[in-house]
Amino acid sequence: MDLARITLKQAADLLHRRALSAVELTQFFLERINAHNPTLNAYITVDAEGALADARQADACLARGEATPLTGIPLAVKDLFCTKGLRTTCASRMLADFIPPYESTVTRRLREAGMVVLGKTNMDEFAMGSSNETSYFGPVKNPWDHSRIPGGSSGGSAAAVAAGLCVAALGTDTGGSIRQPAALSGITGLKPTYGRVSRYGMIAFASSLDQAGPMTRSVEDAALLLQGMAGHDPLDSTSIDQAVEEYVEQLSGGVSAQERMRGLRIGIPKEYFTDGLSESVHKALQEAIERFQELGAQCQSVSLPTTAYAIPTYYIIAPAEASSNLARYDGIRFGYRCEQPEDLLDMFARSRSEGFGAEVKRRIMLGTYVLSSGYYDAYYRQAQKVRRLIADDFHNAFTQVDLLLTPTAPETAFRIGEKKEDPVKMYLSDIFTINVNLAGLPALSLPCGFDAQNLPIGMQLIGRPLQESSLLRVGHSFQQVTDWHQRSPL
Amino acid sequence: MSIDAATVKHVATLARLRVTPEEVAQYAEQLSRILTLMEALGRLPTEDVEPMSHAVAMAIPEREDVVCHLNQREALLACAPESEHGHFCVPKMIE
Amino acid sequence: MNHKKIALRSGTEQALATGYETVIGLEVHAQMLTQSKIFCGCPTRFGADANTQICPVCAAFPGVLPVLNREAVQMAIKTGLAIHGQIRLLSEFSRKNYFYPDLPAGYQISQYELPIVEQGHLMIDSPERGEGIRIGITRIHMEVDAGKSLHEGIVGGSWVDLNRTGTPLMEIVSEPDLRSSAEAGEYLKKLRAIVRYLGVCDGNMEEGSFRCDANVSVRLRGASAFGTRCELKNLNSIRNVMRAIDYEVERQIELLEEGGKVIQETRLWNADLNSSRPMRGKEDAHDYRYFPEPDLPPLRLTAERVAAISAVLPELPDAKALRFQEQYQLSHYDAGVLTSSRELADFFEAVAAEAAALGQANAKMAANWVTGELAARLNRDGVEIQHSPVTPGQLGKLVAMIQQGTLSGKLAKEVFEILCNEGGDPQQIAEQRGMRQVSDEGAIDAAIEQVLANNPEDVAQYRAGKSKILGFLVGQVMKATQGKANPGLVNQRLLAKLAE
Repeated sequence: MDLARITLKQAADLLHRRALSAVELTQFFLERINAHNPTLNAYITVDAEGALADARQADACLARGEATPLTGIPLAVKDLFCTKGLRTTCASRMLADFIPPYESTVTRRLREAGMVVLGKTNMDEFAMGSSNETSYFGPVKNPWDHSRIPGGSSGGSAAAVAAGLCVAALGTDTGGSIRQPAALSGITGLKPTYGRVSRYGMIAFASSLDQAGPMTRSVEDAALLLQGMAGHDPLDSTSIDQAVEEYVEQLSGGVSAQERMRGLRIGIPKEYFTDGLSESVHKALQEAIERFQELGAQCQSVSLPTTAYAIPTYYIIAPAEASSNLARYDGIRFGYRCEQPEDLLDMFARSRSEGFGAEVKRRIMLGTYVLSSGYYDAYYRQAQKVRRLIADDFHNAFTQVDLLLTPTAPETAFRIGEKKEDPVKMYLSDIFTINVNLAGLPALSLPCGFDAQNLPIGMQLIGRPLQESSLLRVGHSFQQVTDWHQRSPL
Repeated sequence: MSIDAATVKHVATLARLRVTPEEVAQYAEQLSRILTLMEALGRLPTEDVEPMSHAVAMAIPEREDVVCHLNQREALLACAPESEHGHFCVPKMIE
Repeated sequence: MNHKKIALRSGTEQALATGYETVIGLEVHAQMLTQSKIFCGCPTRFGADANTQICPVCAAFPGVLPVLNREAVQMAIKTGLAIHGQIRLLSEFSRKNYFYPDLPAGYQISQYELPIVEQGHLMIDSPERGEGIRIGITRIHMEVDAGKSLHEGIVGGSWVDLNRTGTPLMEIVSEPDLRSSAEAGEYLKKLRAIVRYLGVCDGNMEEGSFRCDANVSVRLRGASAFGTRCELKNLNSIRNVMRAIDYEVERQIELLEEGGKVIQETRLWNADLNSSRPMRGKEDAHDYRYFPEPDLPPLRLTAERVAAISAVLPELPDAKALRFQEQYQLSHYDAGVLTSSRELADFFEAVAAEAAALGQANAKMAANWVTGELAARLNRDGVEIQHSPVTPGQLGKLVAMIQQGTLSGKLAKEVFEILCNEGGDPQQIAEQRGMRQVSDEGAIDAAIEQVLANNPEDVAQYRAGKSKILGFLVGQVMKATQGKANPGLVNQRLLAKLAE
């Protein structure tokens, strides 16, 4: 077995059988990171020492028979989860030297479950971007084609999973930042229902949209990792206080893919299949639909009429919240401070101007503008109203179907630099993912084909609130009868 | 919708960002384009629509009034660019 | 300068004299007496070493989130009910965005469009407009307090202490219903009494746990539109609020009389200089960019929860004063003074109860002693009623003795002094020191006989119609008994003897 392509499930089996130690597995990935990260730039910080210490503990745990399914699994963590004592940069000059004295709830839970944190992955600065080009630490390369972007903002996590620089990774998704890079890098990524996973210790971009999720080599792995992440957290007031489902158990439940899919109603939103969609993506989706029909699902066209309004809505709400969330970076308590400030105002303005990159500043400007006096009603409040219409669209669709199937991104990975200078063009690449965040719904992206350049294509399954298990079950069924997810750039 | 240089400068001041003259021009152009995209929203009839500020409808949880605290002064001050005698330091403020 | 100082004390009078009317609205920030901060578990204790009571949440480190303290909500509801406000069953938190070193998040979590309390009021006695003037309270909302910046004695910079950051505040906003500095003072006293009765705020203006900003404008009497207002800040006592308002009223009237215009601005009061000046212009016009706090879902209350709080509200100053008037036959004024604090009212009631237990049910004298002799003593020594050197039991006994006639008012004051300085039982003190009042008719008659015999000319003058002589004769009898004779009885017996 090629350890670089190992799934979480397979690794857990080996560890539990003691066929492999956590230290060996960790060392293997640390060596791969050493070899390939200089090219791919997927990690900002590698914590070899910490990872090996975690691995030794995991081995002790395995030896005592106290292991969980996650014990000893090497994990890559997007660099916006605060990790106690381990530098957390958000890919920004602003936090280039920030070492949090506290731990995010998600990483704490996963550490407690025995996972081994290899390091912190690259991303778009403060998660603002769709290409991973806004990182202060430089762009990440797509393992399938080094001249292309891996997607963003969780581009480092996606690349690390695709290139075998970890077994699984954590991402966060505000407008598609898990799903779009998953699609563009040929891996599986899940954005859970808003509130299913705690946001405590996750550096905020847009608080009402941010949600953490797993990025893995298979749907089954996503279920395993989500199981360790999800659940109510008293430290997050927007965390949902409801029991977590048994995602792994519900994946198959012993019955065949056909039995699970029979009678399932899948909606195909017609607004997603328009001119903007590339030929290859359209074709891959058509084939996926056929696959689902073969499995016994009923696919029917549905309408989400306000789809076209999602981008303007999102690019008002997210920057507005971001402009406020990023006000705490003022050069006083942590983070970058400019050299020799003349006075207070100079310190604020220069620290922020020098500490933030262009895209972050652009969004702060935009968010400040739409909230400012005289424009609030026209922009922000109107966007909040349209947000409800968008959520209502989904609600209506779910009275007719059980889940929705869409492309994850309108095209495959584009070239580094291709859209960097054109923010509007870049924003439009989020068109299929952002309405899910606006509505707070769970959505899964999984590989469903390749284009002529051998670049991966992803499809998106969108579910009802808290129906992660249903998405995972359907996705798992698809992966049982296809092998797109097993293809690797290695 | 087009944004002029004065507006860009005003917004930059509110956001505590310093902008060069080139950046002013660039922001004016880019923000104008982005806002043009947003004008579509005004065309939707929304008089009776309740604004949605949270993704999931829920009520605020409340915690009990219990002190739960460790003195973390040194750990927190260690993150600061400049600290002195248990304080965060800033350039001289005039009230 | 001199002229200004004299005028200072008479802003209201000047307004009246020159045909202007003063319009005042007050914004009070009251720190709630919770154990922990409003959105994290850090303690709220005052006076700890700098930055020892902070955590990543209140210091607004990256990625942390607020969790609401239930007790802060309870206290806001209590206060809302106490001022007859409407408690909103759906309210929300918003962010008020501005940059300042003592505001670590770059925004203050506050309530904006949907505050927890709306449309309340309280009643004050106005020196100008009479008793029972209703002052509207627009709203009460919850918000976080900011930290503190230190400047003095620090070379090359300023220091930031975030201990206070995140302490729960109630902002209580009045309608522009106040018409003089004296009314503003009465309003603040009443509001402070209410929050203290409720135990939701200690009302300490000097330490800053009860802070007040005043919005002041003037207009010609009879005008319906408001004048341009100025906001006064840095008012750290009720007296300073009143002085600052008087100064401001006078300043505005002078400006207008000279043909000038009032500019809307924030002015900083300087108590040492007895004057205010405009605050140094903040770098740009305020634009707080309020929007609903995405980290906190809406606050939903049930009618049951509000009713449960309402059911256990303590008796509040106005209700208590009314009851005192009825139950103890006290004047509106006395009842008002006695109910100005819960401790004072409780003390008075304990005194009255002790006297009543000893058979003396008239509480008027108990009231007089508490507001008179005792209050003067406490005031002289700067002692709070809770630390009174005399217990209600002691004072009640003393009052009963006076009412029984076993102690004259004059001797009672002596006994009171002894109680204050040495403690003890009033009855024993009076007996041991031979201070019991003589109410024995035989002894008094004997003294009267003696006095009449010694002053035959005066007796004759009295009988000839000079009734004023009676006072002299009474005084002689009291002197003869070393002041111990019951003066009422002396009067009565003397009249009888003279009529013989």
